[in-house]
Amino acid sequence: MTINQISVFVENKPGKLAEITKILADANIDLHAMSIADTQDFGILRIIVNDTDAALSALRENGCTVNTTKVIAVEMPDRPGGLAKVLRVLAEKNVNVEYLYAFISRKKENAYVILRVEDNTIAIDVLQTAGISIVSPEQIYG
Amino acid sequence: MESGGKALNEQYYKGGEIETASPEDMRKLQNERLVKTVRHAYDNIAVYREKMKATGVEPGDVQSVEDLHKLPFLSKDDLREAYPYGYLAKPMEEVVRIQSTSGTTGKRVVAFYTQNDIDLWDECCARAIVAAGGSNRDVVHVCYGYGLFTGGPGLNGGSHKVGSLTLPMSSGNTERQIQFMIDLEATILCCTPSYAAFLAECIQQAGVRDKIKLKAGIFGAEAWSEEMRRNIEENLGIKAYDIYGLTETSGPGVSFECREQNGLHVNEDHFIPEIIDPDTGKVLPLGEKGELVFSCITKEAFPLLRYRTRDISILTREKCSCGRSLIKMSRPMGRSDDMLIIRGVNVFPSQIETVLLKEGYPANYQIILDRVNYTDTFEVQVEMTPEMFSDEIRILAEKEKDLLAALRAMLGISPKVTLMNPRSIARSEGKAVRIIDNRKI
Repeated sequence: MTINQISVFVENKPGKLAEITKILADANIDLHAMSIADTQDFGILRIIVNDTDAALSALRENGCTVNTTKVIAVEMPDRPGGLAKVLRVLAEKNVNVEYLYAFISRKKENAYVILRVEDNTIAIDVLQTAGISIVSPEQIYG
Repeated sequence: MESGGKALNEQYYKGGEIETASPEDMRKLQNERLVKTVRHAYDNIAVYREKMKATGVEPGDVQSVEDLHKLPFLSKDDLREAYPYGYLAKPMEEVVRIQSTSGTTGKRVVAFYTQNDIDLWDECCARAIVAAGGSNRDVVHVCYGYGLFTGGPGLNGGSHKVGSLTLPMSSGNTERQIQFMIDLEATILCCTPSYAAFLAECIQQAGVRDKIKLKAGIFGAEAWSEEMRRNIEENLGIKAYDIYGLTETSGPGVSFECREQNGLHVNEDHFIPEIIDPDTGKVLPLGEKGELVFSCITKEAFPLLRYRTRDISILTREKCSCGRSLIKMSRPMGRSDDMLIIRGVNVFPSQIETVLLKEGYPANYQIILDRVNYTDTFEVQVEMTPEMFSDEIRILAEKEKDLLAALRAMLGISPKVTLMNPRSIARSEGKAVRIIDNRKI
């Protein structure tokens, strides 16, 4: 029930992010979700795409530093308090969230949140027990 | 400052007999001192004795400066290998001081002094101060660092010898520097040229230029240009003089500029200079460019002979309008090795390589130097390995921090570390360009 996320190292120079998105565009990769984290010196671009393998090889061929991480996508109603509930459930069970980012799903009434936690199995169990729905890879990539 | 009005004699330290001696008299003195020092070094430094034997030369083979070329060269590596006491030529009871070169953890070079060595060093610096127009009526403001660095102690001692009132400010705290300079009416400033330029700017900004009584500055320990000299002179309203030296031979005062400001008179009654071809070691004639080599002929505790400075210069012996007959060396115009001087600290690219390999990084890196607000900026660009990369910022930031700490421990100064993509640093014809020096000095 986990999703493949690609992380890309972004040197802190003008145009670096544009270079990466061009590589993905040229390889005909569809971006489903993305976020960027940065320090003064560098950034990390995190993306979820329709074809992880194709994206990875395109990025590697073009000299990018990449890795993949298994993350969890949860689905919640797109209204106030949706994310708060997810985070409260995790906090109560002491599940630490390294980072998260949200995107809107194609289904208008729902939002997706990508969660990066240390142990996916525990987190999925905690979320499902609380009745929060985990998004399957098919739902995302399809 | 114009010393033209004074009697010529007043421009030399205590009479100036040595500084104006005929080349023949100087040569005679050098011959005597050289013969004595070769014997002293051979008798008292075991590693040097072995080195002479390995070269097949005996003390008796050196009867005059003409024979100097028979002696082996000494390098920084020789001194490092013999660290710390290997080249000490006097018993502990007679040694009173240690100074040390900047930077390089575990690879320092230490130099030793007897009281007599210090006295002679002070005298060399005193000559530089007098050549810059200094006398016992001056207030000499020394903001070179004090401590292991030779800059502060050298000029401090020189100023005492001249009889000037000495302000031992050491480095740092610019505001206090300027306050003392104004309050005590300092007339001669001693520091690195980059700090002088920085001080000048701060003085302008504070709007206190008209309260400054400086007439001259003695600046060294760093490469600088004529353009920088003119800037400092205009901004501070002074004459700016160069001074040269290295810890291994004592410190500042090996050579100094006079009012002509077109080269540095070598105190050749203490240091015999040679210019050699850095590749072949062959001695080059006067007027040719090559690596400076010094033989200390009056040192007791640390009598280095034919020490390779790695500084590129030219020696000339011409009549100087100041009256000094001392041989002149041009300002060093580069290095014959890859040593960088960054913020006054000696940095070898190989040290950076050592740290990178130890920390698990590929040895493909680039050093980028620039100068902003008269201060060197120092960036090390480093390639990551694909395995190092993580989706978490925290992990990468920590790696960057660890590398920075390791570099700082090795170099003694902090670079800015920039992580780069693997294999992204340009390699030209198989050999990478390691150093990009954009400093305009």
